[in-house]
Order: sequence, then C-alpha cells, then structure tokens
Amino acid sequence: MTTITHHIPEPVLAAYAAGSLDHPFALVVATHLSLCDDCRASFEAHEAVGGALLEQITPEALSPALKPGLMQMLDAPFEPEPVFRRAGVYPGPVMEALKGRPPRWKRLGGGVRQTILSAGEAGSARLLYIPAGQAVPDHGHNGMELTLVLQGSFRDETGEFRVGDVEIADDTLEHTPVAGVGADCICLAATDAPLRFSSMIPRLLQPIFRI
Amino acid sequence: MSEQTLWMIAVRDSRDRAAFAALFDFFAPRLKHFVMRGGIGSGQAEEVVQEVMLTVWRKAAMFDPERAQVASWIYQIARNRQIDKMRRENRPLPEALAHEPDSEPDAGQVIALEQEAAQLKQALSRLKPEQREMIEKAYLGELTHQQIKHQTGLPLGTIKSRIRLGLDRLRHELKSIREP
Repeated sequence: MTTITHHIPEPVLAAYAAGSLDHPFALVVATHLSLCDDCRASFEAHEAVGGALLEQITPEALSPALKPGLMQMLDAPFEPEPVFRRAGVYPGPVMEALKGRPPRWKRLGGGVRQTILSAGEAGSARLLYIPAGQAVPDHGHNGMELTLVLQGSFRDETGEFRVGDVEIADDTLEHTPVAGVGADCICLAATDAPLRFSSMIPRLLQPIFRI
Repeated sequence: MSEQTLWMIAVRDSRDRAAFAALFDFFAPRLKHFVMRGGIGSGQAEEVVQEVMLTVWRKAAMFDPERAQVASWIYQIARNRQIDKMRRENRPLPEALAHEPDSEPDAGQVIALEQEAAQLKQALSRLKPEQREMIEKAYLGELTHQQIKHQTGLPLGTIKSRIRLGLDRLRHELKSIREP
C-alpha cells in the first residue's frame, strides 16, 4: 500500500463516528478507513469514547418479558447480511454502493467518465474516471466536496493526491485537477451541493449529468 | 482480562448462553436509555435493544478484543442500528478487518486496550460538565449539530468548538496513553 498523506480531517471523522455525517460523506470516510490504518485507529478511539459513555449511562428498567423472549430467539434461523468485499481498486463500502456490480461508466466529455452512486437531498456520491494526464474542467464548489483517490493520482493547485488520499474542497477553492501521467485516475467524490463549472457549457449540462 | 471481555469471548467461541445473559443484564438496560435519548419511546426502544443484542449474538465472530472493548463494539452496533432506522438506508461502514478465528487473543494487547479505556473513562470524568454534556449529546443523542443549536439556542460555531474542545482534551489525554 502506498503511503497516505492526505487524511480525513478530525472534525469530519468525529462527525462520522457520532453518526451525524450525511450518507455521501460517510461513504468517503468509510472507504478511507478501509485503506488507512492511522484514521482507523482514530476512529477506534472515537468508538472507545462512545463505549465509555454507554457504560456510564444510567440503566433504564426493562420489561420482564424482554430477556426470556430474546433468549428464545437465539436459535432462530436467520439470513446473514451480505458482505461486500474489496474488488480490484474498489474497497468494500464502494462495492456495497455499487451493489456488488462493476461501475457502469457514463461519458462526461474529454474522456472523463462518471458513475453516480447516490444522489439526493443530502448530496451526491459518484465515481470519476479521468484518463492519465487529462484535466477535469476548472470548477468551484457551492458546498463541501470530498475526493478520495482509488487508482492513479491527481494534482491541483493544492498538492498531489495518490491512492487513499482525500482532498477536501469548499466554496473557497477554485481548482483544476489533472490526472497523473502514470495511470488513469479513478476517484470517489462526494458533495453536499452541485458543482459549478467556470465555463458555460458544462454548467448548462450540469442538470443533465447531475454533477 | 475484564469480566465483559471474557463473557464476550465465551459467546464468540463457545456460544455460551450464560455469558450472553450476563452481557444482556449489563448492557440491555443501558442500551435502552441510550436509544430513548434519541427520542424513541420505551416500547420501541426495547425492540431496538432486542435487535442490537441479537446482532451481538449473531456477529460475535467479528468481535476482536485486541481492537475493541466490548462496550465500544456494542456501542457501534447500536449506533449503526439507530442510523439505519433513522435514515432508512444502510450506514456506510469500513471493511471489517480480518482476524484469525482460531488464534488465541494476545492477552497483553487486550489488557493494554482495557487500561487505555479505563484512562479514557477517567479523562471523561474530568471534563467540565458542559463539555461532558456536549460530548454525550454528540455520541449518545440522535442529534445533528443543527438540532443541538435548536435545543440550546447556541450558535453552531460555538457548539462545534465545544465538542472539539472536549475532544481535544480527550485526545490530549489519549495521546499520552497511545504513544509508546
């Protein structure tokens, strides 16, 4: 595994651990945690806080029937939940979002392709495919965007991002990401608002492509 | 090793019902309070408690005492269940880490983790009441930052920084524990 240098910022990780992060961002965090031992350890520290608080909470009286009822259920047959394993460059959480199938790429122009994983009021998550050496149109953001590299790398005004690295962009960042020349770049990107492109045509296409 | 860890290992490795009953007696009443804090009534809260404890039984094979305390592991199961119910979608979770099912746990590692958790509890008890309250709201409540604002009338920035302040202090305490 390559060395990860751009991690999930602490407030975002804390929000994920406490469960207050919206689905698209939670997907990026879960994917990063699948790749990054450092952030996994920080996440486990948050779990430890939750566990300590749970142990110290005042107990609430239970109905007398609850325990015997549960003990009887232990032998009941059950359907285990499906486990989504890593496939190629896609970690388990991405495979789950893809429902276990390979991505179905849609062209965005200039060789750039995308697969929408989820889109709703809480924002959207998608996979982006950028051919080696290719630039993504210059764009700014209305809200927050998290981009996690799954294959290859990209570089923009703020630095270089390789497999496992996460870039955080907000409405102050106007940037032009360019894929590294070594390999085509695949990213997982989540936003809480539609992107705005600086040039006119992509902006017109935005409602159609949902980007 | 703590009683809880031994019970959980007995459930995992020998499907020990008495050990499971002991875990239930400790955790179920606390889980009920935890679930009710999110605004769920007593009856429905017990359904959630039942689901969480059933998951503890069924997914016991995933429990790894070298990585998590029993309480942390159960906390996470309960939190996931709450979020799935509230948002009607599955919370994205990191890949489970592979742990060898037949290997004996490294007692030294397990005990070190238990000591860390004990120090964490002490650190929590040293927090100022208002920090403690914010942290409890974040971890135990079914509340977003926005809803906290609505409840307390505090501006959002203050809340975030209070949670962060509390966590920074915790992290400071944790750092001295974690660094070799």
